[in-house]
Amino acid sequence: MPLLEVNDLNVRFATQEGEVHAVNGVSFALERGEALGIVGESGSGKSQLSFSILGLLAANGKASGSVKFEGREILNLPEPELNKLRADRISMVFQDPMTALNPYMRISDQMAEVLMLHKGLSKRAAVAEAAQMLELVKIPDAKNRVRLFPHEFSGGMRQRVMIAMALLCKPDVLIADEPTTALDVTVQAQIMDLLGELRRELGMATVLITHDLGVVAGFCERAIVMYGGQVMEQSPVDPLFANPTHPYTKGLLAALPRLDADRAMTPIRGNPPNMTGAPKGCPFCPRCDFVEEACADVMPPLAEFAPGRARACHRSIETIEEAAA
Amino acid sequence: MIVYILKRLAIAIPTLLVLIIASFLLMHTAPGGPFTSERAVPPEVLANLNAKYGLDQPLWKQIATYLWNVVAHFDFGPSFSYKDRSVNDIIAQGFPVTLTYGFLSFIAAVLVGVTLGVTAAIKRNSWLDYLAVGISIGAQVLPNFVMAPILVLIFTLSLHWLPGGGWSFDDPRFWIMPVIALSTSYMASIARITRSSMLETLSSNHIRTARAKGLPKRKIIMRHALKPALLPVISYLGPAFVSMITGSVIVDVYFTTGGIGKSFVDSALNRDYAVMMGITILLGTLTILFNLVVDIVYGWIDPKIRY
Repeated sequence: MPLLEVNDLNVRFATQEGEVHAVNGVSFALERGEALGIVGESGSGKSQLSFSILGLLAANGKASGSVKFEGREILNLPEPELNKLRADRISMVFQDPMTALNPYMRISDQMAEVLMLHKGLSKRAAVAEAAQMLELVKIPDAKNRVRLFPHEFSGGMRQRVMIAMALLCKPDVLIADEPTTALDVTVQAQIMDLLGELRRELGMATVLITHDLGVVAGFCERAIVMYGGQVMEQSPVDPLFANPTHPYTKGLLAALPRLDADRAMTPIRGNPPNMTGAPKGCPFCPRCDFVEEACADVMPPLAEFAPGRARACHRSIETIEEAAA
Repeated sequence: MIVYILKRLAIAIPTLLVLIIASFLLMHTAPGGPFTSERAVPPEVLANLNAKYGLDQPLWKQIATYLWNVVAHFDFGPSFSYKDRSVNDIIAQGFPVTLTYGFLSFIAAVLVGVTLGVTAAIKRNSWLDYLAVGISIGAQVLPNFVMAPILVLIFTLSLHWLPGGGWSFDDPRFWIMPVIALSTSYMASIARITRSSMLETLSSNHIRTARAKGLPKRKIIMRHALKPALLPVISYLGPAFVSMITGSVIVDVYFTTGGIGKSFVDSALNRDYAVMMGITILLGTLTILFNLVVDIVYGWIDPKIRY
């Protein structure tokens, strides 16, 4: 039984302009200790997907489908039930460490309340453990700095605090939503190294949500490529990068600047789709070089074509590979 | 912190000086004077009166004398319209009254306003929200000069529960209607500011973090949302507090409470220079003081602000 199993998950938002279909029929499974990457550009629904798992959608958002944790359905559980899982079994690291921490509270209070809530520790014991966790994420002088306020830390340090806070209860699943997007490139590498180390040390399964293919290649064993709220391709990381089978994945890889190949990077033409209204056909078809008639009307199913690899495209793998040659 | 407070108090001195001189000049620029009346006063009498109150002196000398009396003797001079009453007496008699009903109104407005605002925000788009918003709009659009007679009509004339006017420091029944009449519109403003800033806070990233921690909703509101949501309310409360404790002419007139709200307006109508100046200085000092209090409270809530 997979640790976390997402089945046909849909997320909709009621807005003035109409219903926004942010996530459409996404399914995946996460095994204990596994690192799964969810890749896609801004607006592909990957963040909302992660929020919906823990019931953290904005008030106008609704999730449907199924999310099973250790075989138990947890999607849309009542808040008190969800609260028992949050931070204790499934934890989240958010995108922007500048705003994700409470600016009006000391780090010690923000971290201690997690341990007091889930582990029933006393304030003193909780703060001591929080300081230890800060040491684990390599914050120098953690014993004293745990008393500081968020604004007294740099962006990278704040993200370390966020990570430490998420790991306090040694969760089974860590969902990291673009944990390095708001940070400098050098700090990004440090944070990813740190996450990798902690993952090995604590043996937790990780869902890494990112638009950075390089980060996925270095960190994850398996990846899901999302576009327009739907899964385009799903595969172990190595074959995904070596032989992308979906035009969108191909486009993403071609858009990466490379140092080792003598070619210019080619951006994907066009703009991300408007997510208002029910999707019809493949969301990528207006931007796809391989588009054919059926694409605009029918969304191809996500079909397995090799062990562990699946793609959702009307065109054959050969057609797409030939074009590359 | 202490240094900062002392600095702010030091800056208050020139501010008050400018306030005094500016209002003094404005007052004297306005046509008419304290002894202008419909009845023709013999010129000799007028000259005597002007000499008695120092109005025959050049303006700069009048200002200098006034400032000297205020600073050295804390003496705001005699009233021009009420014989045998000094400005100090008028303020000493009226200010405790307005301070009492103003302070109570402040407490009532904050308690009810914040509760309404927070409830409306938490239960957004529910009947509770609509009720809270409805009450606050109703309270906002009902002017207190309409509300005051309605209150008298209900509580005094129909139900005979409360005295229709007057004031007693010993009998709270005299306080109730002034407090209701004065606090409602402030309460409405506080509720509106609280609601919108609470809604904004609740949609901020750090509240999502708090939810991801598994904290129950009540804890999220009390520990994580209330402080930031109240910041805009607090900056409104400073000036509101001053205008409440210095009373309201409507309340003083309708309920004959005898507060300085009425004295202030009377003094302007009668060109009672001394009373006008006295209450202006009181208002100015309190405004400066409570702006400082607001800033100190801000620094206490927001750790990014350090003095």
